[in-house]
Amino acid sequence: MNFSLTEDQRMLTDAAIGFTRKQSPVSRMRKLRDDPIGWSPEVWRQMGELGWLGLPFPEAVGGLGGKFVDLALVLEQLGQTLVPEPIVPSLVAGMAILAAGDAAQQRAYLTPMVAGRSSLALAWAEVDGRYDPGNVMTRAERTSAGFRLIGRKRFVLDGHAAAELVVSACDGERISLFVVDPKAPGVRIQPVRTLDGRRAALVDLEVEVAADRRLEGNGKAALEHALDVGAAAACAEGVGVMRAVLAMTTEYLRTREQFGVKIGSFQVLQHRAADMFIETELAYSTSIEAALRIDDDNLAERTAAVTSAKIQLAESGRYVTQQAIQLHGGIGITDEHDVGLYFKRMVALNTMFGDAEHQVTRFAARPGFVAV
Amino acid sequence: MDLALSPKHTAFRDEVRAFIADALPAHLRPKAAIDAHFEHHEVMEWHRILYKKGWAAPNWPVEHGGAGLDVTSRFILHDELELASTPPLSPFGLMMVGPAIIQFGTPDQQRRFLPKILAGEEVWCQGYSEPNAGSDLASLKTSAEDAGSHFVVNGQKTWTTYAQHANWVFCLVRTNPRAKKQSGISFLLIDLKTPGVTVKPFLTIGGTKAFSETWFDNVKVPKQNVVGEVDAGWTVAKALLGHERTQTAAVGVIGRTLRKCKRIAARTRAGDHLLIDDPVFRGKLARLEVRYRSLQMTNWRSLAVAQLGHAPGPESSILKIRGSELVQQAYELAMELMGHDALAWFPEPGVVADLEESVASQFCYFRATTIYAGSNEIQRNIIAKHILGLG
Repeated sequence: MNFSLTEDQRMLTDAAIGFTRKQSPVSRMRKLRDDPIGWSPEVWRQMGELGWLGLPFPEAVGGLGGKFVDLALVLEQLGQTLVPEPIVPSLVAGMAILAAGDAAQQRAYLTPMVAGRSSLALAWAEVDGRYDPGNVMTRAERTSAGFRLIGRKRFVLDGHAAAELVVSACDGERISLFVVDPKAPGVRIQPVRTLDGRRAALVDLEVEVAADRRLEGNGKAALEHALDVGAAAACAEGVGVMRAVLAMTTEYLRTREQFGVKIGSFQVLQHRAADMFIETELAYSTSIEAALRIDDDNLAERTAAVTSAKIQLAESGRYVTQQAIQLHGGIGITDEHDVGLYFKRMVALNTMFGDAEHQVTRFAARPGFVAV
Repeated sequence: MDLALSPKHTAFRDEVRAFIADALPAHLRPKAAIDAHFEHHEVMEWHRILYKKGWAAPNWPVEHGGAGLDVTSRFILHDELELASTPPLSPFGLMMVGPAIIQFGTPDQQRRFLPKILAGEEVWCQGYSEPNAGSDLASLKTSAEDAGSHFVVNGQKTWTTYAQHANWVFCLVRTNPRAKKQSGISFLLIDLKTPGVTVKPFLTIGGTKAFSETWFDNVKVPKQNVVGEVDAGWTVAKALLGHERTQTAAVGVIGRTLRKCKRIAARTRAGDHLLIDDPVFRGKLARLEVRYRSLQMTNWRSLAVAQLGHAPGPESSILKIRGSELVQQAYELAMELMGHDALAWFPEPGVVADLEESVASQFCYFRATTIYAGSNEIQRNIIAKHILGLG
């Protein structure tokens, strides 16, 4: 086993660190909370030029054909300053297209995203569906020109700004994925602000979709893989969130004085900080494992690694961000202080692509779980 | 980055598994099957079997009779032995005083002591803690007075694990009462048969005699029994702390206890269903297994760094804390799964429905894991000070 970064991975990480320091400190995300888009198309283009958006995508669509773990390393850095560009939403939608689309569809929909010209969103969650992508009420009816999609999707991450929506729908006996133009007549997009200062959309569909916008592959398997990629991505970003709040909190403990001494000299606070460190390291371990196993052909192995990482993220991330607020004291609950922004992002990451309870159920339902 | 075990290490793991399956004596297997407590003579029997195989001291260099295994192979051997619930060899000779003598001892000391440790002919225990020197070890008072050709030792040591079975004890003793704390301490080897030594085992809350108290009353110890320089024993003791961090995580013990929990859940009924089919217990098992996996992966990270010959990274400092906590959590879940049966204390055969009769004893005894080998509070102090820069 080897967990050292390669030379390329080190350069990639350094580029991401440089970007967060020079161009996207937390103050940028803070300002963009009030922007109707919530992120910058210019920065998005720059990310495309840097190659970040194409890291795990093949060269045929302009990508770098790399491994997912390379993107995970970038996401961990971007999580440290809460960079708001919609890499994760575009990634999961793109993964679904990659898994289920043919070469022409992949080229048509992935190339502009990979280049940073536009973003994508995956519309899968429904009102009574919880986190199971198999719970689909949206239906696809066949028409002479293709399909008519009828249904409602909820909390489509970045759905308010994406150039294309990848929509899951019941298509006869199977679940299929359709690429829907959000500007088409019959698509109603209602932007929703989310607690982490970003945007999602509620999407009402009663829309005609051309036949060539249906992805031919198995929609359910593509969706499940895409959501696992999303979960692994959330874990990587979450580790960055934890590292940032741990650093912020220990810095505060080293400088804040009460009773005439630095509060970091109090053992009760030292031990709390030590536990935050422990949780951060454990979450990094499972996050890296998930990133490396995400394309494992063995589905049980992939599921075990991804669900473990998401469960550990929830346990660790909740502890680390909550204690970060506690250790900051009163200042920690002001909107003015950054620690609350991280805390709220962690809540969103924990919910995204299946929360801990959902992942526990999946983990325990794997074949082999009971074997002793 | 790569999660795969190298072909060499995969082959070694297979070799270890095959060896255990073949070499564990039939009369020890029923105990291994339920992770039961082994008696001293059973442990020594297994020690001799591993010695014959050349695996008693995997971390010793070959010139001293060790297996000379690399750090990953050592972990694999340790992990497989734990997972198979084989009798755990006493670490005090093989893992502590042996390496100390190899690193700091004279050639005479090495010739005198190492072969007998290796062969299991002499058993060792550790004399560090005292009634008033626990976490604050450097405040120890047991004295060794210079009487020309020998030292005269007086004082009391406690937590001398299995001293009742041991032939020798390695002690930290104060040789210079005027020097400050750490600087006046020596690392001294004492034959427990020497007149003036009294060993008294006591019961733990687990109902077993794991620890002893040991008194020294004008005990004469030859000067050549000092390891390293006189007054420099703290350096010797500190060097031992850094050894084999990845084994302190006890991942094998946690793994086999998790397996025990599933075994119990798979045959324990609650009315019309088995506990393994109960969503609440299934969730608890799953969450414990996830914590086990995150520790395991952290342990692999630590090993990967050591395998490259680098100094341990920050991740290695959390292994003892989380490993010891998870041993306790795993036994707590085993107790919960057993229900009423968990209350039975060393039951006669047949009293408890299944064969897990030692769960209650070990559940109680393993409250020690977060205390021994540097309490978890001390471990957190170390993280806070040395990694997080708090103080």
